[in-house]
Amino acid sequence: MLRDALIQAGMNAGLATFLDILGGVLVAATFGMAWVLFGIWIERKVAARIQNRVGPNRVGPYGLIQNFADALKLLIKEVIVPRNADRPVYFLAPVLMVVSVILIAAVIPFSSVVIGTDLNIGLLYVLAVGSLGTLAVLMAGWGSNNKYALLGAFRAVAQLISYEVPMVLALLIPVMLAGSLSMQDLVRSQHVWFLFVAPIAAVLFLIAAHAENGRAPFDLLEAESELIAGYNIEYSGMAFAMFYLAEFMHAFFVAIVFSVLFLGGWRGPGAETYPILGMFYLGIKSMVVYFVTVWLRLTVPRVRIDHLLALNWKIMVPLALANVILTAFLFKLVPTPDYSAARAIAEGEFTGVASGLYRLLGPEFVAMLPLAGVLLVGNIALLVAAAALLRWLARRRRQEVEALVDETEYAPGVAAAE
Amino acid sequence: MDLSEWAFIGVFLAIAGILPAVPIVLGWLIGPRKPNPIKTDTYECGIETIGDAWVQFKVQYYVFALVFLVFDVEMVLLFPWAVAYGNLGLFAFVEVLIFIALLAVALVYVWRKGALEWT
Repeated sequence: MLRDALIQAGMNAGLATFLDILGGVLVAATFGMAWVLFGIWIERKVAARIQNRVGPNRVGPYGLIQNFADALKLLIKEVIVPRNADRPVYFLAPVLMVVSVILIAAVIPFSSVVIGTDLNIGLLYVLAVGSLGTLAVLMAGWGSNNKYALLGAFRAVAQLISYEVPMVLALLIPVMLAGSLSMQDLVRSQHVWFLFVAPIAAVLFLIAAHAENGRAPFDLLEAESELIAGYNIEYSGMAFAMFYLAEFMHAFFVAIVFSVLFLGGWRGPGAETYPILGMFYLGIKSMVVYFVTVWLRLTVPRVRIDHLLALNWKIMVPLALANVILTAFLFKLVPTPDYSAARAIAEGEFTGVASGLYRLLGPEFVAMLPLAGVLLVGNIALLVAAAALLRWLARRRRQEVEALVDETEYAPGVAAAE
Repeated sequence: MDLSEWAFIGVFLAIAGILPAVPIVLGWLIGPRKPNPIKTDTYECGIETIGDAWVQFKVQYYVFALVFLVFDVEMVLLFPWAVAYGNLGLFAFVEVLIFIALLAVALVYVWRKGALEWT
């Protein structure tokens, strides 16, 4: 849009393209940064309410500008660099951390027309830049030359790379259903929200992405009680603020990506004709998802590292693999939805209940219903089977443990009577 | 192929690098700088630092990294399959069944070997 206007104003085509790109980049990149200052306020307020506190309420109305005060404070703090640190690595780590998160914004479809750039491998790109964060954590831990930091970094790497596996496996399902990796295509093919078509994939993705972000209950990389602050222990001032910023931004982008992939992104009544409505819908959806992640973070206690890895490799990965096979099977079982036929019925003559239904609910929605229904039933069946299996395994394990316990030791009355 | 999409990513990468670098440099310029030997010492619970942190680490982490590598490479190969799956016949399903079975065997092997237990 901007490019055409500039060319009409008599500008060089190459320069106009560049300015167009630059404008888009600046809007998309600063969006995350700007949002965070406000988002942290929301998160602190929610956290306060959950913990029966009031939260920030002194600086500005309702404490709204508390975060600006905090940012200013961090800006004028001394940046203390430990003598033994590996300086280039030490300073590159926070930058890389933020870069890995901001880059996700480039492919997020905020509405039918507002998107940085609709890459044809969009989702793969999101996964690729997201995993750069692991590298930043390792760099921070190693560069600090601190034992806590290093320990935190090792844990972080074990955790982050492990949870990448179920996350990517879960994301295969929307890709399979949409037949594309482009974010815009993924949104457009959700005539029925993928949350209802592939609930297991959605939940697996949410858990794995939450762990990937390293927030409680998966905050082992910065477990305060054991590792003080983990990988970012030696950082102060603005360098520390960048890690903090990256974490919040990541949490928010996880919510947006989840909404885009499973909650229909910008889809909603009238979103196709009025793109601004689409942005509004996406905002609402991602705020709901964001609230869920904050809620999780504040109410679930931290897990132990062996439990964390066992949950991933022994439960989530097998479940994700089974889910891929099941979805692939059911997808072939049900005939592919015929959208053009459905559209023809909806636009054709009114013949009765069927065509009325097509008009009322939208032809694509009705055409996708059989597939969605079968997949939903399949998902529920898989979930029930998995739960039964887990129950059986846990019961057997418990019996094994109970067999080892000497009962007489816990019944002193019986022993005394003998 | 339209390269301007990737030009966008390129410009984005540059801006994304500048955005966090500016506050850090600004903080470096604005903030006070009064280092002393005790302040710049590596933090270790308030006691004097003993030894170096650049040590050899537990092999367990390495095993997880190896397992991850197997899965990650295989998943990259699964994505093209998922994209094209709608247009492929039943053969694609059988093929992926074998492919995932291989993955599952690898997982079972690692599991049985006890590499997933944190000791």
